[in-house]
Amino acid sequence: MSVIEVNNLTKYYGKARGIADVSFKVEEGEIFGFIGPNGAGKSTTIRLLLSLIYPTSGSAAVFGKDVVKFGPEIRKNIGYLPSEVFYYERMKVIDLLKYSASFYEGDHTERLHELAEYMELELNRRIDDLSYGNKKKVGIVQGLLHAPELLFLDEPTSGLDPLMQRKFFDLIRKENQERGVTVFFSSHILGEVQRMCDRVGIIREGSIVEISDIETLQKDNYKKIRVAADGLEPETFEMPGVTNLDRRNGAVRFFYKGDINAMMQKIASVQVSDVSIEEPTLEEIFMHYYE
Amino acid sequence: MNSNIFKHEFKMRLRSVIIWSLSAVGMSLLYLSIFPSFAQDAALIQQTMDAFPPELMAAFGMVDIDFASIMGFFTFVYLFLQILLAIQAANYGVGLVSIEERELTADFLMTKPVARVQIMNSKLLAALANLAVTQAAVWIGSFVFVNMFKGDSPVDNGKLILMLAGLIVFQLFFLFVGLAISLLVRRVRSVTPYGMGLGFGMYALSAFGDLLGESKLELLTPFKHFSPNYVVKNGRFDTPLVLISIVVIVVAAAASYWLYLRRDIPSVT
Repeated sequence: MSVIEVNNLTKYYGKARGIADVSFKVEEGEIFGFIGPNGAGKSTTIRLLLSLIYPTSGSAAVFGKDVVKFGPEIRKNIGYLPSEVFYYERMKVIDLLKYSASFYEGDHTERLHELAEYMELELNRRIDDLSYGNKKKVGIVQGLLHAPELLFLDEPTSGLDPLMQRKFFDLIRKENQERGVTVFFSSHILGEVQRMCDRVGIIREGSIVEISDIETLQKDNYKKIRVAADGLEPETFEMPGVTNLDRRNGAVRFFYKGDINAMMQKIASVQVSDVSIEEPTLEEIFMHYYE
Repeated sequence: MNSNIFKHEFKMRLRSVIIWSLSAVGMSLLYLSIFPSFAQDAALIQQTMDAFPPELMAAFGMVDIDFASIMGFFTFVYLFLQILLAIQAANYGVGLVSIEERELTADFLMTKPVARVQIMNSKLLAALANLAVTQAAVWIGSFVFVNMFKGDSPVDNGKLILMLAGLIVFQLFFLFVGLAISLLVRRVRSVTPYGMGLGFGMYALSAFGDLLGESKLELLTPFKHFSPNYVVKNGRFDTPLVLISIVVIVVAAAASYWLYLRRDIPSVT
């Protein structure tokens, strides 16, 4: 059974598009990356899944239950870290976290303290005295303290310094590996998605343009090829599947998508001094979808 | 009901409740303490009042009232209590759920495993408990000060209780109308203009109605539905008018639930 199943989900705000006809599935125990630029509909999708907003048409199920009908029940096992965190300013950190824990069954005090210690969060300060990064830490602890089975991370790293980002990712990875937590990870920072995720969905202007695991995405995509040779003219490599042909620093560079054997033969026909064939980064693939 | 939300909400508003209660009680004390000297010079004051244009007196609801009696004098205090309590209740109503969206804490509360109807129930009950604290202060204050300063003038306890009971329904009107308004607009940027607008606006309608001799406006404003002068004269409220208030409360409450359960919670950015 899929942890998240979204079918033809559509949301309009009046006449403004949120998302249109979005469908995808997220399986148990995977880290699913959801990428797209600002305004593409990432937050809209998450807010629909949390039933903070209601769909115009289509449906979505989490843990096999419809999000509109079973919202409160589903949310027992969900942790959510919004992109911007704001909490009751006049409360102390510890009181806010206890208030948050009080909504869930069981005693979460121990885990609360463990997480706070790990994230180096001071519990006795007032929320309005905290810096943005520290508020973000409060968000991380409150999102995780009840040991949820599914985590929604909406651009989670903004405001965290690089050290904290790494600690945060280690924490998420640990939750995923040791407790089998499913993670829905929305971001526009492709490097972190590439590091963290098994599969990605790319959303553009409210619609999904590609869903694939990262490896396949990289393999089935074009290769980045660089050939260095004396007196080599770029025209040598003008053949079907070659794009972005360019010559720089005595080497010819291009993207190639097609039968790799044909390309190898072509390269073999030249006296080369150096060759490199690389898979494109997620960022390059992503830009490709947006060109 | 969710007791966590109730406690949290009740505590959040407690400081404000104490300030409003002290203000209401302090104001009663201040005005009622004038009564003994007022009663002494009743004839003189009546003369002064007669010199004012009758329209102005009407605007303050001071027509056909014997200010030399403690009950008559109390209607004057009652009007100020009404304005104060109207603004308090309207503020709480307007702020009840809009505060989460304004301070952007809705994402926190509404992703917890509680149904929206539970959130609304708990918040409303907390606000009602908050208002009950103020009501208790006002009731006690009124009884104590009226008896303290009445002098020789007789107190009609039945009428006093009826007037104070009127204040309860009166506050419910502003609480629920404020709540419904806050859910009809896209985003409440600040509670105070709405609360003050609703409280003073209703008062102004009532005052202008008197001023212009326009009686249709009394259908709209609870300041007319709960007129203390009517109680002093007739020993009861004007029942059809009170019913209007009650209908408005019920409709506003139903609309509030309907709107809140269907509301799209706007995101931060």
